[in-house]
Amino acid sequence: MCLAIPGKIVEIDKKQHTATVDYGSGTKRKANVSLVEVKIGDYVLVHAGFAIQVLDEKEAQETLALFREMLSLQEE
Amino acid sequence: MFSLRDKTLADDIVSQIKKAEVHLKFMHVCGTHQDTLMKNGLDVLLQKSGVEIGQGPGCPVCVTTPKEIEEVLVLAKEGKTIASFGDMIRVPGATSSLQQLKTEGYDVRIVYSIEDAVMLAEKHKEKEIVFMAVGFETTAPTTASVLLRRPPSNFSVLCCHRLIPPALQAILDMGEIKIDGFIEPGHVSTIIGAKPYDFISRDYHIPQVIAGFEPIDLLMAAWMLVRQIQQGKAEVQNEYIRAVKSQGNKKAQQIMKQVFEPIDVKWRGFPMIPQSGLVLRNKYALYDARKKYEDELIKISEAEFTEPVGCLCGEVLRGLISSKECPLFGRGCTPDNPVGPCMVSSEGNCNIQYRYSKQ
Repeated sequence: MCLAIPGKIVEIDKKQHTATVDYGSGTKRKANVSLVEVKIGDYVLVHAGFAIQVLDEKEAQETLALFREMLSLQEE
Repeated sequence: MFSLRDKTLADDIVSQIKKAEVHLKFMHVCGTHQDTLMKNGLDVLLQKSGVEIGQGPGCPVCVTTPKEIEEVLVLAKEGKTIASFGDMIRVPGATSSLQQLKTEGYDVRIVYSIEDAVMLAEKHKEKEIVFMAVGFETTAPTTASVLLRRPPSNFSVLCCHRLIPPALQAILDMGEIKIDGFIEPGHVSTIIGAKPYDFISRDYHIPQVIAGFEPIDLLMAAWMLVRQIQQGKAEVQNEYIRAVKSQGNKKAQQIMKQVFEPIDVKWRGFPMIPQSGLVLRNKYALYDARKKYEDELIKISEAEFTEPVGCLCGEVLRGLISSKECPLFGRGCTPDNPVGPCMVSSEGNCNIQYRYSKQ
């Protein structure tokens, strides 16, 4: 129910508050973007047809490294 | 880029949890968390490491009450077109289910989004469309956003939205089970942020970690809770930093506040939980199916509807028993012939347990 799928904004229709979201493997669907501030190229989480949050690309890339660091601090 | 798969890291996390030599019981409130735990065998792996993780009332379809289901059935029988998410359609009520009514010729539609239901209303001005709005804070803003746009007047909402933090408090206040920590739902938290959970740690001294949905996310969340307990801490930590900001999604919060106000509601398996539900503000009364169709719903307004005979969904939702402990599990109750909602919904503990124990 609270499942949300990440995708990339490839087109925005500001008038309609919608954007085309590319989920990879050629799957593109329109999503409502009235709950977020987005620009083309942003990654968003889409739930029940609505983008609910913009994903932080930098945080995503650094997540695993951060987890490793947290674990190694514990071991010290 | 958003997929976290790293076997070595997973092994390291589990080995550190093992080293801590703990015997702890954590609760999460999200069907997608339960799915990740079972699909990847993390429940067993963590249990062997001293950490048991169980699902609480984290399935919106499952916590919807028999009374709410009866309300939608009455409206369907009165000739309204009912639109809702797929899982909701199959949940048995006291007298029937939406799916059963559909086979009897009543107008019941499965939609992917509330916007599909509004499109139906725009296309069929001659029909009265009622959207059964279930879901926690992740979904409630989508309903609010649509109502702000003032959809056509033949559209209305049977609001069954609920809020997670009051339910966590209710579980703790009921005191039926031991909970050493909460794993908080990542997507609810993208909307509400971290602050609404603060009082749980402050007033009940329970550590909490907001977690994402990859196997590594849940292992890290378990480790972070163990670590807090070892250090004598009780605070809200965020493991899902790539998606959850501490202040949440302020725009969505604002939209929710404009359209809804909190109200005391029952949850399946629970007594009334103060301020745990949402009702449309008077300004949007035109779209409130309970007000709009008050005359049709009056016949069940005082009626009490109980759980199906033998169904222990309430106990499962309060985390008192595992699905397998229900005498009906896999015998009288299966996904093809569900007795209670926990076997219907793909977010329900019994459905998830059934799916993965068959593999």
